[in-house]
Amino acid sequence: MTTVAVKPATMAQALTRALRDAMAADPAVHVMGEDVGTLGGVFRITDGLAEEFGEDRCTDTPLAEAGILGTAVGMAMYGLRPVVEMQFDAFAYPAFEQLVSHVAKMRNRTRGKMPLPITIRVPYGGGIGGVEHHSDSSEAYYMATPGLHVVTPATVADAYGLLRASIASDDPVVFLEPKRLYWSKDSWNPDEPTQVEPIGRAVVRRTGRSATLITYGPSVQVCLEAAEAARAEGWDLEVVDLRSLVPFDDETVCASVRRTGRAVVVHESGGFGGPGGEIAARITERCFHHLEAPVLRVAGFDVPYPPPMLERHHLPGVDRILDAVARLQWEAES
Amino acid sequence: MTVMEQRGAYKPAPPPAWQPRTDPAPLLPDTEPHRVLGTEAAAKADPALLRTLYTQLVRGRRYNAQATALTKQGRLAVYPSSTGQEACEVAAALALKEQDWLFPSYRDTLAVVARGVDPVEALTLLRGDWHTGYDPYEHRVAPLSTPLATQLPHAVGLAHAARLKGDDVVALAMVGDGGTSEGDFHEALNFAAVWQAPVVFLVQNNGFAISVPLAKQTAAPSLAHKAVGYGMPGRLVDGNDAAAVHEVLSDAVRRARAGGGPTLVEAITYRVDAHTNADDATRYRGSAEVDAWRDHDPILLLERELTERGLIDDAGIAAAREEAETFAAGLRERMNQDPVLDPMDLFTHVYAEPTPQLREQRDQLRAELEAEQEGTQG
Repeated sequence: MTTVAVKPATMAQALTRALRDAMAADPAVHVMGEDVGTLGGVFRITDGLAEEFGEDRCTDTPLAEAGILGTAVGMAMYGLRPVVEMQFDAFAYPAFEQLVSHVAKMRNRTRGKMPLPITIRVPYGGGIGGVEHHSDSSEAYYMATPGLHVVTPATVADAYGLLRASIASDDPVVFLEPKRLYWSKDSWNPDEPTQVEPIGRAVVRRTGRSATLITYGPSVQVCLEAAEAARAEGWDLEVVDLRSLVPFDDETVCASVRRTGRAVVVHESGGFGGPGGEIAARITERCFHHLEAPVLRVAGFDVPYPPPMLERHHLPGVDRILDAVARLQWEAES
Repeated sequence: MTVMEQRGAYKPAPPPAWQPRTDPAPLLPDTEPHRVLGTEAAAKADPALLRTLYTQLVRGRRYNAQATALTKQGRLAVYPSSTGQEACEVAAALALKEQDWLFPSYRDTLAVVARGVDPVEALTLLRGDWHTGYDPYEHRVAPLSTPLATQLPHAVGLAHAARLKGDDVVALAMVGDGGTSEGDFHEALNFAAVWQAPVVFLVQNNGFAISVPLAKQTAAPSLAHKAVGYGMPGRLVDGNDAAAVHEVLSDAVRRARAGGGPTLVEAITYRVDAHTNADDATRYRGSAEVDAWRDHDPILLLERELTERGLIDDAGIAAAREEAETFAAGLRERMNQDPVLDPMDLFTHVYAEPTPQLREQRDQLRAELEAEQEGTQG
């Protein structure tokens, strides 16, 4: 009997492996985008794919996001399964019309005759010291568009599993990659592909009894750190990693909130019109009588994403999360 | 040798000689739109093809009139007519082979019908009981595209995918003069040329984008000239000369099929009707202009050619008109029946499987409908 050594791997490596395995498993899978071929992508996620599968399967496209997604639509119409890379969150906006008017709607427009199995990979979020237009959290736009799935991993294993599930999905998936986690490491054995539940299941990353932190993507790690720090204050915090914003896992979220009676939603995206508002409303509609306090939000400020030297003031951090937890009306209990 | 010494010895090489990647001369469109009818070239045209084009034009004109009438009877929510543009619509469909794909805009239901799609299904979008009424794979016709020019990159991607698979497929994408100002027009042509995709772009320059004339749309010498900037040939054709449009499109399709890459075709035509039945064209153009184009009507041009050459007689013309009447009567009768609607369809095809949230909303609507039903019965 041999034991496989489980070595630390980065999220970037897991994503590359997921693309490679998907391309090997299904010749219909085509990777396309800016610099994804020879260079292997600006984050090197497509490293080696053009070499292994040829430039027809991993294609450097002209620099035009609407054209990239628009041609991917045509390729999907013909039975291919394109995986599109948008180089940065804010560079995906030119493709928005194709995404909203065609990618999201084609199945519905054609009564199911013309599904578009396209995965749109978008590196998103801040915390990497990027200059403007390189750090947006654009998930609220995608969430507000019926017909899209919106998925974001927070761990190395999920990066692999969720990307495989997204590519395998017959529906279009906006796959948001937390770029500041690209180089985060975790024990993960690439030769034992991670089993993932279907897209749409949240997971409890840390169990606790005092309150629930509901979060996703880049903020999961911050929430776990906050939960550790909260022990000193006597709070035992539960952390729910949503993994998928659409479909939304009401069941897991509400089960947790019913247990703890208190909830804080944490994300980098702005608070006004952001995902937290929807999540807070869903919890209130479903768990009102279990709540000991209003659902609070810790979000990025409602400002254009700051320049890198100011971004630490913008991003939700441990202190801001603990401040919110402190405001969950604990006095009433004593 | 020290680094400094090396630097001292360094002499920059002269830059490599620049030369254009493509010779632009063969890509340039002719200065005059290509014409066949009324020229010597007409003698070489296949009489059977001319007769087919004629029958289809007459039927197409009648179809446009019938669809416009259906808006007045409340049977269509809206109809963007292609009256005056039938030559382009019909020729686009006839230039393609069975396995090829058509990518129409919302004004191109006639091309969709000429391709073989059931007219009731082609008009579903405009009746309003669903968005796309036909199965795109049955006749290889993409859904009618309302956001301008957004269908063009789809045609490029599909043609590219087919070529990667080694299939003999050409995509023909239709767009109007207004659509050429959209970014997607530019991106589609650029991708097509870079990939040498088997695509033909047909621009119907009908003079207006709703109310805005071409002079406010572009400063290009012609829309066909835009092709040169992408490295593909541009062709200019009289869009009311059905034989010429058919010839130019067929050449472009043949070229694409043979691996020659994409072509941009500008067809000069005129939108005789208003933008849609909801538009008032008298606010932006005079009747003299419209009347002038009536003398250059696609049916008139072809009928004159056929008559002068003895390829059709009065009986033949009457037969074509009768066939068109029968077609229109059949369409009218079917469109006068109320479509069967199932509100539950709202939730069926948003995703392969409805999300839990959509299942809840579906149940809510079902309960509302049941309550409505009980209310009616009680």
